[in-house]
Amino acid sequence: MYKIVTKKELAPKEKLFTVEAPDIAAKAQPGQFVIVVIGEQGERVPLTICGYDRAKGTVSFAFHEVGKTTKELGNLCEGDCLENVTGPLGNPSEIKSYGKVLCVGGSIMIAPLVLQAKAMKEAGNSVTTVLGARIKDVLFMEDEAKAVSDKLYVATDDGSEGYKGLDLLRELLKTEKFDRCVALGPVVMMKKVSEITKPYGIPTIVTLTPLMVDGMGMCGVCRVTVDGKMQFACVDGPEFDGHLVDFDELVTRQRMFLPEERLSSVLYEIGGCKCGRNKA
Amino acid sequence: MAETKPKPKIKKEVVEMPKQAPKERVKNFNEVALGYTEAQALEEANRCLQCVKPQCVGGCPVEVPIPEFIKCLREQKYGEAIAKIKEKNALPAVCGRVCPQEEQCQEKCLVGKIGEPVSVGRLERFLADWEREHGFQMPEKPKPTGKKVAVVGAGPAGLTAAADLVKMGHEVTMFEALHLAGGVLVYGIPEFRLPKKIVQNEVNYIQKLGVDLRVGNLVGRIHTIPELMENGYDAVFIGSGAGLPQFMNIPGENLGGIYSANEFLIRVNLMKAFKFPDFDTPLRIGKHVVVIGGGNVAMDCARSSMRLGADVCLLYRRSREELPARHEEIENAEEEGLVCKFLAAPLRFNGDEKGWVKSMECQAMELGPPDASGRCRPLPVKGSEFTMETDTVIIAIGQTPNPIIQRTTEGLVVNPRHGTIIVDENGKTSLEGVYAGGDVATGAATVISAMGMGKKAAKAIHEYLMSKK
Repeated sequence: MYKIVTKKELAPKEKLFTVEAPDIAAKAQPGQFVIVVIGEQGERVPLTICGYDRAKGTVSFAFHEVGKTTKELGNLCEGDCLENVTGPLGNPSEIKSYGKVLCVGGSIMIAPLVLQAKAMKEAGNSVTTVLGARIKDVLFMEDEAKAVSDKLYVATDDGSEGYKGLDLLRELLKTEKFDRCVALGPVVMMKKVSEITKPYGIPTIVTLTPLMVDGMGMCGVCRVTVDGKMQFACVDGPEFDGHLVDFDELVTRQRMFLPEERLSSVLYEIGGCKCGRNKA
Repeated sequence: MAETKPKPKIKKEVVEMPKQAPKERVKNFNEVALGYTEAQALEEANRCLQCVKPQCVGGCPVEVPIPEFIKCLREQKYGEAIAKIKEKNALPAVCGRVCPQEEQCQEKCLVGKIGEPVSVGRLERFLADWEREHGFQMPEKPKPTGKKVAVVGAGPAGLTAAADLVKMGHEVTMFEALHLAGGVLVYGIPEFRLPKKIVQNEVNYIQKLGVDLRVGNLVGRIHTIPELMENGYDAVFIGSGAGLPQFMNIPGENLGGIYSANEFLIRVNLMKAFKFPDFDTPLRIGKHVVVIGGGNVAMDCARSSMRLGADVCLLYRRSREELPARHEEIENAEEEGLVCKFLAAPLRFNGDEKGWVKSMECQAMELGPPDASGRCRPLPVKGSEFTMETDTVIIAIGQTPNPIIQRTTEGLVVNPRHGTIIVDENGKTSLEGVYAGGDVATGAATVISAMGMGKKAAKAIHEYLMSKK
C-alpha cells in the first residue's frame, strides 16, 4: 500500500499528491511516469512524475479530475492509501547543457514541466519558461516556475492573465535564439508548439500521454506514429521529437473510449456504482 | 496344466469430463470444463497400466511421477497423490487445466496404442482441486543455506523456479512488474479456461513456502540485474516472459477498435473489463470481431469475444491443418460458434469518420513449399483481394520478449533478431549467477515448457550456489 502524505489543490479540480514510495523515489528522474491503481476494481492510470524526495522516500504526481478514476483520486485524503503505484516507468528526459532552453507547459502538465525546467537549470542552461492554461483560475505554480527560470511568461486561452494564446511564442522566437524546446501539455498545445518551433529548426521534445494499460510495453494501446514508424510511448518514450509525431492520430486514439469514460464518470458522480466502493 | 493369468481388461475409451454446454457457456465467463467427480477420477485412474518402465514421465517437462500419483489416487490416498505431484510441480491446478497433455505425457501413454490414452491432465486437476478444498499440506521447512536468490517475473517460469529454490533452503524474493502475480496465467489465459481464484491459490501456496513476493516492482527500472547482484543476491533468475505484442505493419493498424491480443486479454482478464462499469477498465467490442492468427492466444481472444456478445471470425493465413492452437481449444471454440476463414491475410484496415475500423481488405493465400519453421509458407494469390466488414479486430500473431531488462543489463547476451536472452540448456546466461527461462529465453511458447525451464534453472542455480564458497 502507498500512503498519501500530502494532498495539495493546485487549482479547482487539479490536485497534487505526494505518496510514500521509497523504491520509486530512489530511482525516479524527470520525464518518467508512474501507474496508479486505487483499489481492486480500479484501472491503471499513468501519471507523469512531478517531484521526488529521495531522502523522505516520496514521489509526487498531479492530475486533473476529468474521469471516474481521477475524480475518485481527488476524493481521497491525506493518510489514505493507494493499492498500487508502479514506477518509475518510461525513459528519463535527456537533461544536458544545451545553452538556451525553452520550456512550455500547459494545464496539469505544468507540474512535471516545472520539474524538467528545474533539471535544465541545474544542468547549466538558461531557461525560459512559458506556462499556459485555459483561463486564469486554473493557472498554478507560477512561483515555482519563476524560481527555476531566467525568464517566465504566462499565457491563457482567453487572455484573462498574461498573453492571449500561444502567439507570444512566435514573437519570442523572432527575437531570441533557443537551442532546445521541451513541451508538456495537452496534445493540441504540443502540436502547436512543435509547428511554431519547426521553421526555426529548434529541437522540440514533447511528452506524450496516450492511453495506457500496463505501461511497460505489453499491451500496445499507447502506440504512436513517429517519423512514420510505430512506437510505444511507454517503453520507447514518453518523450519524442515533436516535429515527427503524428498528433492527429494521437488525438483520435486518446478518444477511443470516450463514451465508456463518460458513462463511468457519470455513474460515479450519481453514486450509481453498485460495487459498494463509492464513499462519496 | 499351468494356470494362465487373466489379462486385465482395459477400457479403451477415456472417461469424459463434464463441461458446460456450448450454448450456456458462451454467455458466461465461468469455467468451461467442470472437472471429474471422485467416481470418474477413480474410473479413469483404473485405466492406467502402471507400467514398469513408464513412458509418460519422459513426456512431462517437469517429470511428474505419473504412475506413482495415479497409484495413490486409485487407493484413494488423495493427500499422498497430490504430494507426489508437488514434489515436481508447484502448479498442478494450472497444469491440469492448460497443459497440452496430448502432445506430452499422454502422447507416450501405452494405453493410447490400443485406445485413448489415460487422461493424466484431468487426474492431476482432480487432485489439485481436492487439495484446494481440503487445505494445503505444507512440506517440511528446509535447512536455510544462507543464499539469496532474486526471481524476476511471477509467471509460470518464475513461480516454478521460486518454489523449487525456496524448497532447497534458499531465501527467495520474487519481483513482479504488474500489480498481481501470475504472469500470463492472470493477464493472458481467460477466466473460463483458468479461473483467477485458482491461480491466486497457487501463488498463495508459493508465498506460504516462504517466497517474498513484491508486486508492482519492475526490475530494470527500480533495480537493474547488476544492482540486485550488488545488493546481496547471490543469483538471479529472469522469467520476464514475452510481453511485447507484434503488429503487422499494414495501413490503418492504429485505427480505433484494433487491439493487440495482449491489450484485449489484459483488459478482459487482468483488469476484468467484462465487468465494466463495476470494474473501471473499459473495453469496447462491436458485433463483428475478426481475430487474426491461429494459436492458443487467438482462440482465447475469439472465445472471450463471443462471451462479450460478438460474432467472431478467425482469419488465418494457412489452412486448418496448420493451426497451431490445441485441437481441444479449436473444437471448443467452434462449438461455441466460431467461424474460421483459412488461407487469407489482411492487407489494410479502413476506418469511419471517427477513426474507428469499419472494414478490412484481405487477400487469399495458397500454401507454398515449407519455410524455416517446417510449415508450408503462405503465398498471396494474385487478384484475390476481397473486403470484410468488421468493427473490432484483434491481432494475435505473436509476442516477443519485453526489452526493458535486456536494455538495462550490460553484458547480457541477447539474440539480436528475436530479443530473447541467450541461455545454455540449464538456463545459464552470459553473466555469472544470472539465469533465465520461459518465454524470455525461448520466445512465446507454452506454460509447461516455461515451467520446465524454471525447474532446470532452479537446479542449476542450486548447484552454482552450493559450489560457491
